[in-house]
Amino acid sequence: MKARTLKRIPLNIAALLVFAVSIFPVYWMILTAFKPAKDIQSSTPKFLPSSISFHNFDTAVNTPNFWDYWRNSLLVAGCGVLLALVVACFAAFAVARMHWKGRAPFILMVFIAQMAPWEALMIPMYLIARDNDLLDSLPMLTAIYFVMTLPFSIVTLRGFLGGIPVELEEAARVDGCSRFTAFRKVVFPLLAPGLLSTSLFGFITAWNEFAFANALLLNKPEQRTLPTWLNSFSNGLTIDWGAIMAASTLFMLPVLAIFLVLQGKVTGGLTSGAVKG
Amino acid sequence: MSASKADAVVATPTQPPRKQAPSGARRASKPPRKPSGIVKTVTPYLLVAPAILGIAFLLFYPVVRNVMLSFQHYRFKQLISRSADYVGWENYQAVFKDDEFWEVTRRTFYFTAVNVVAIMVISTLCALMLMKLGKAMRIVVLIGLVAAWATPVIAATTIFKWLFRSDNGVVNWALVKLGFDYEGYTWFAHGTSTLTVVTLLIVWQSIPFATLTLYAGLTTVSTDVYESARLDGAGPVRIFRSITFPILRPIFALVTSLEVIWIFKSFAQIWAIAGENGPINDVRTLPVYAYQQGMSLKLFDMAGAISTITVLILVVMLVFYFRQMFKQEREADK
Repeated sequence: MKARTLKRIPLNIAALLVFAVSIFPVYWMILTAFKPAKDIQSSTPKFLPSSISFHNFDTAVNTPNFWDYWRNSLLVAGCGVLLALVVACFAAFAVARMHWKGRAPFILMVFIAQMAPWEALMIPMYLIARDNDLLDSLPMLTAIYFVMTLPFSIVTLRGFLGGIPVELEEAARVDGCSRFTAFRKVVFPLLAPGLLSTSLFGFITAWNEFAFANALLLNKPEQRTLPTWLNSFSNGLTIDWGAIMAASTLFMLPVLAIFLVLQGKVTGGLTSGAVKG
Repeated sequence: MSASKADAVVATPTQPPRKQAPSGARRASKPPRKPSGIVKTVTPYLLVAPAILGIAFLLFYPVVRNVMLSFQHYRFKQLISRSADYVGWENYQAVFKDDEFWEVTRRTFYFTAVNVVAIMVISTLCALMLMKLGKAMRIVVLIGLVAAWATPVIAATTIFKWLFRSDNGVVNWALVKLGFDYEGYTWFAHGTSTLTVVTLLIVWQSIPFATLTLYAGLTTVSTDVYESARLDGAGPVRIFRSITFPILRPIFALVTSLEVIWIFKSFAQIWAIAGENGPINDVRTLPVYAYQQGMSLKLFDMAGAISTITVLILVVMLVFYFRQMFKQEREADK
């Protein structure tokens, strides 16, 4: 027994090292956010808070347009994902419950769309937005986030639908429900957890998206979303690291909350979605 | 992996025909409303139409537009006049003649290779470690991994800029304490050191996904296999080579190809870390290079050619990825 405990020591040290390296940047962000200015500027870093100050949050919240960025981000991510959810729900139902010619090619298209090289499409997207006078506008970005999250939503919702026995729906229809009523009254309640986690993962994608927000919302500062603002904030000439870390902490908060809500599903749900294409 | 059971899509093209409820057994007074033939045929297409339209307009059209752009003469003047002439392969010829393009391409492949190797080695070790750990320690490690995973990309780039500050950054402080000469070292002044920071950032952010996926794959192996191998006198290396790796191989191949694709097209991290005041010209990869040509220099046609080449390279990688994916699905079906 003792030999075994001894053998475990290096393993546990390695585990603690992985933990420390993984969490340190996040810890450092939160710690800096709560540090008074003199602690941030001191040449020997302080690893434990000596005193907690909310001054940095105060500065961050009072930067010009701060609430606009929040509203923009929430609007763009929220609307995009909601739209994707509705459209994906229809498509997933058709794929999981009906047979029709072209089903296999459709699924293949969804898989391909899921791996789309978005990062290489910024210039054509910029030109398309420009041709339609949609530059610096949130609807264009919303539409992009809708298509970005759509394939993933279809794939995961189809998985969730596959887990709901068809017999339940058939029983409802035998009892005289129309196909739509059967879906609404029987399938939908069972699908709700799936819809929730799918939309939350989509929300994270849209909430974090930087490249398109950066390319399409260049000219009007009040139209920016949080990621682009945060980036320009940290590239300024006089950099207030306390305020930036406070802003980053606030920006990360919704994502962290979502991860906590989804806990167990984080590994199962996301990996099956991502690895499965 | 719970994945296999849910998604046997492409391997199983059709579901068995749904059985009609035996008519005599119906207890409802109303018979179920049966849609007419046309409604039944059209419904699925109506249901998928919005999805197809969305993907067509906002994904396939931009891809096509990108290819068109690469064959046009499209600069600032054409952006204003909104009309452009086709010039054939001129842009591609110009791109291929450009030494810068080859340098960027080489850097992109090199950068991808370094990142993917680092991610896969560390993640495999972490996944194996998770298997061996006690419950409490495993939860501790998982909390760390999820914290790194949950950090938004731009929050992470901001944090890393702060960690690697030259004057009061904690990394320089730690390196000096360890006896290295990093007093006031300016990480973001040189290409190589900036790329090192970007690599550390990407590896740090990618490890949770890779580790947890590999770990999920490992947990599907029953412990009996390991028990009996150990009883037969197999050492840990032998067990890894003969049992763990063969079982893990399909999932390992999948994660590797996913990471290759993801890292090859990474943009946000590089642009956010080196974009405005950093040495972007010494760290840019293909997507960044294309973006720069278009947005900064207004050479939209060149950007189109470079992006199209990038997409083509990605398509080759994707084909490999899809082959892996379908192979695994077929195996899961057996």
